[in-house]
Amino acid sequence: MKHEITVTINGESVTAEVDSRLLLVHFIRENLDLTGTHIGCDTSNCGACTILLDGKSVKSCTYLAVRADGAEITTIEGVAAEGTNHPLQQAFHDQHGLHCGFCTPGMIMRSLDLLKNNPDPSEEEIRWGISGNLCRCTGYNNIVKSVQQAAKEMQNQSETV
Amino acid sequence: MIPANFTYHKATSVKDAIALSQTHGEEAKYMSGGHSLLPMMKLRFATPEHIIDISKIEGLSYIKEEGDLLKIGALTTQTEMEHSALIRENYPIFSDAIKLTADPSVRNVGTIGGNIAHGDAANDQPALMLAMRATVIAEGTDGQKSIPIDEFFHGFYMTALEPSDVLVEIQVPKTKKGSGGAYHKVERKVGDYATAGVAVHVELDDSGVCREIGIGLTNVSAVPMRLDRGEELLRGKKITDDLIEQVGTMAGEDCEPSSDLRGSEAYKRSIVNTITKRMLNKALERAQQ
Repeated sequence: MKHEITVTINGESVTAEVDSRLLLVHFIRENLDLTGTHIGCDTSNCGACTILLDGKSVKSCTYLAVRADGAEITTIEGVAAEGTNHPLQQAFHDQHGLHCGFCTPGMIMRSLDLLKNNPDPSEEEIRWGISGNLCRCTGYNNIVKSVQQAAKEMQNQSETV
Repeated sequence: MIPANFTYHKATSVKDAIALSQTHGEEAKYMSGGHSLLPMMKLRFATPEHIIDISKIEGLSYIKEEGDLLKIGALTTQTEMEHSALIRENYPIFSDAIKLTADPSVRNVGTIGGNIAHGDAANDQPALMLAMRATVIAEGTDGQKSIPIDEFFHGFYMTALEPSDVLVEIQVPKTKKGSGGAYHKVERKVGDYATAGVAVHVELDDSGVCREIGIGLTNVSAVPMRLDRGEELLRGKKITDDLIEQVGTMAGEDCEPSSDLRGSEAYKRSIVNTITKRMLNKALERAQQ
């Protein structure tokens, strides 16, 4: 059965017909061609598919597209203007927070939610905060450093605004 | 993995949900957060023909104290519980458990009501509910009913809820002077289901005698389990180190774990013994604060 849904994706309103069983991650990747959101484990363990749904990090492999009707979705493509880096993207670059990069979009989307709720997290809070996102390359140390750098940068930015 | 075909229905109210369930009968399943049900559907362990989405129903997400009770709306997410100042300050047993339940993104969607209604002894909330002697409020075709937690869990994924019943609220006794609770589970890795877990809630009178005690066990039986023998031993007594030692031993003996990838039966019994003692001590410490 088809359902008409309207979602705001990275600031743009999209209306589409979706099957009941279409997963949100497939809607994002295949219907919208936004392939920055990855599919890793497909069992809500690894976090590669993490997006923001109404500002909260959600694993889009475990969410029906039809349930996102009316929601505001942000994917990695929407975190910064074309050609610029979000402080989190810049920090992952500066701190070598990635090797292969497969987990990175999910790490960044999850970290956005973390820093929104806790702008100045301790190392332990960062590690707990990204505990649902798996990285098989880095050993996490540089990811933690990246989030720390971004937290500082984002706090500086909010103070100067 | 894509779930088998089904028809999606969005319920706009509890009454609407019940009506949809009446129309589609046994082949319909309610979905709240969907973080237990949808993975089962993707693996084809569950193939409901109709999904009734109850997550958009307004007014079922709240945490409030009223009279002698803490009332939690069934659609309250685990994250909302985690961020609630009331929970953090007065009901630390929930904070103990929620931090160890799945991960932050799953907790953003998963609900407290769903964690209980799913009827899975591996979930964390059932043990807490047993320890605190919760009451489950459900709404069905005949209106609202109260179900004591001891009558709620019937079997593997089976509860006292009729197919059309919607779990709408959970009630636990309001925290008071002399009461305290604690929860811990051993897990193979962060976010895993419990290898074993223990929830303890204790109420002491002014002289430090145990007036009421609840001990709930996670994932060591087909149905969420109450440690009756341990509770009986402690009720009406001043809880001493010797009694705690005895209850730990009872917990290890009475639980019914099976050997699996998370550990052997003997290992799990030993874990239950140890965590029971630790949680009794932690709950007592909190009750005496």
